Amino acid sequence: MTQTVQPGSAVVHTANLSLEFSTDDGPVHALSNINLDIAPGEFISLIGPSGCGKTTLLRVIADLETHTGGEIQVNGVSPREARESRAYGYVFQAPALYPWRTVRRNVMLPLEIMGVSRPEREARCAQYLDLVNLGGFENKYPWQLSGGMQQRVSIARALSVEPELLLMDEPFGALDEITRDHLNQQLLELWRKTGKTVVFVTHSIPEAVFLSSRVVVMSPRPGQVIDDISCNLPGERTLDIRETPEFLEIAHRVREGLKAGHSYDDD
Amino acid sequence: MTMINRLVHQGTFLPVLTVVASLIVIWYAGAVYLNSTQLIDRYQKKGVDWDISRLAQDAWKMERPVLPAPHQVGVELKKTVIDKRVTSKRSLVYHAGITLSSSLLGFALGTLLGIALAIGIVYVTTLDRSLMPWIIASQTVPILALAPMIIVVLGSIGITGLFPKSVISMYLCFFPVVVGMVKGLRSPEPILIDQMRTYSASPTQIFFKLRLPASIPFLFASLKVAIALSVVGAIVAELPTGGQGGLGARLLTGSYYGQITMIWSALIVASVVSALLVTAVGRLERIALRKLNGGQAVAV
Ligand SMILES: Nc1ncnc2c1ncn2[C@@H]1O[C@H](COP(=O)(O)OP(=O)(O)OP(=O)(O)O)[C@@H](O)[C@H]1O
Ligand SMILES: [Mg+2]
Repeated sequence: MTQTVQPGSAVVHTANLSLEFSTDDGPVHALSNINLDIAPGEFISLIGPSGCGKTTLLRVIADLETHTGGEIQVNGVSPREARESRAYGYVFQAPALYPWRTVRRNVMLPLEIMGVSRPEREARCAQYLDLVNLGGFENKYPWQLSGGMQQRVSIARALSVEPELLLMDEPFGALDEITRDHLNQQLLELWRKTGKTVVFVTHSIPEAVFLSSRVVVMSPRPGQVIDDISCNLPGERTLDIRETPEFLEIAHRVREGLKAGHSYDDD
Repeated sequence: MTMINRLVHQGTFLPVLTVVASLIVIWYAGAVYLNSTQLIDRYQKKGVDWDISRLAQDAWKMERPVLPAPHQVGVELKKTVIDKRVTSKRSLVYHAGITLSSSLLGFALGTLLGIALAIGIVYVTTLDRSLMPWIIASQTVPILALAPMIIVVLGSIGITGLFPKSVISMYLCFFPVVVGMVKGLRSPEPILIDQMRTYSASPTQIFFKLRLPASIPFLFASLKVAIALSVVGAIVAELPTGGQGGLGARLLTGSYYGQITMIWSALIVASVVSALLVTAVGRLERIALRKLNGGQAVAV
């Protein structure tokens, strides 16, 4: 079922990618022999138990961590070159907002840094705050917003850069079910309309299956890919799809993969 | 007046008043106790019949008391602060002005030096290891021993007046500023630094958009300590330069001539100057933090 991607055209290409953290109590094998090719326009979810290396893999792609074995390319170049050419937008597990900046100025921060003109900054800020339903909150400070609203600001900020590749680390992990469903739909809509490539980390099986064109299941110690599942759900889908047999079948397979990972863990 | 209004409003007026009143009572009692030996000696020599109320009355109007009574200091303050023209060498306002100007110059220099060192320490790893021990060692040298040497050394190369005194204030001031600024510049969470990396931001952008604003609350906490130290530094610096004026010179003259009341007045003026400066920095802090955090005057 695994999609085959032409290595040259892959947005992310890894071959036997490994990463070992050296800590005081010896090396921690966070990633081991990851072989992953992500084609342009794919929506990939990384799912796996806590500590299996999902964040680490995302950070290697983003050049926030350096791999210790194998190889990796982003847009055909090294992660570092990709980062320097501002190839991706990254949404962290926490909102990571600047407490002394208003919502508006938080969203405009990366645009300021990248030298986008002021009118363009204002326009994009308004556009993406609307997208996450935060129009009207421009002049609030982060401490005046709920946790969910803060995370939506952080998503608007990553989107405002309009990157072709979006790396999202459990962006909806801290949100309530209803907000999460709502943002899931919006993200799906955005992905369908813009054709961006998304690498999305999550703990939630329904979320992964609902959003993704492909679900990558990881197991811990050392972090590796144990299953790679294509989801051929219709492009235009609503949350109701979660009740259909196709959906449940894929969800079942993901769950089996996670279980296998866990039994491996118990050995 | 507005200050008192505010105190009344915040319900702190009564507690503050109580503390001040008790201190004055203790002070009067202390004046009787500390001056009693001298007085009782005198009574016995002259064979005077005395009781405790006579002792108290005499103790509170002595010419050369060990501890002057509050009203005696009050009279001296009125004489030297209000009655004298501010240009007069006998006016405490004149002397306070001298101390204030060298404190402020020293404070400004110390703050700049502190910030510069902090930036060096945060950005250059070798400076972090090599500089910090020296900075800490510098503060273990007693300033009383160091001050005359600095004045003499600078004097011998022709630098006199305000500047050498400011150097001593600076010497005391830069320390809290370095410590606070290093902490402040390092205060942004790793996630914010990582985020800057994902934007591929330059070190200058990271400094001005992230590290510097994050350090402002730390800077002000340090400045409040530094401004008080700058007054201490200026006064200590004036002790060996007695002739040139300043509150420190008044302290020295007072002790030279056994004028305890003069010492107390100078001390009180010095604490008022310190208190005003600390309050002023506190006000600036509130304004700065409010601007930084959108109306919320709390630390980031
Ligand atoms: N900087 C680091 N130094 C040492 N070990 C690390 C470091 N970062 C992560 N690890 C280890 O690497 C492993 C993978 O961590 P990672 O954060 O990628 O997990 P995760 O899958 O994102 O977990 P979660 O779902 O809880 O976020 C963990 O065992 C963790 O302890
Ligand atoms: Mg994680």
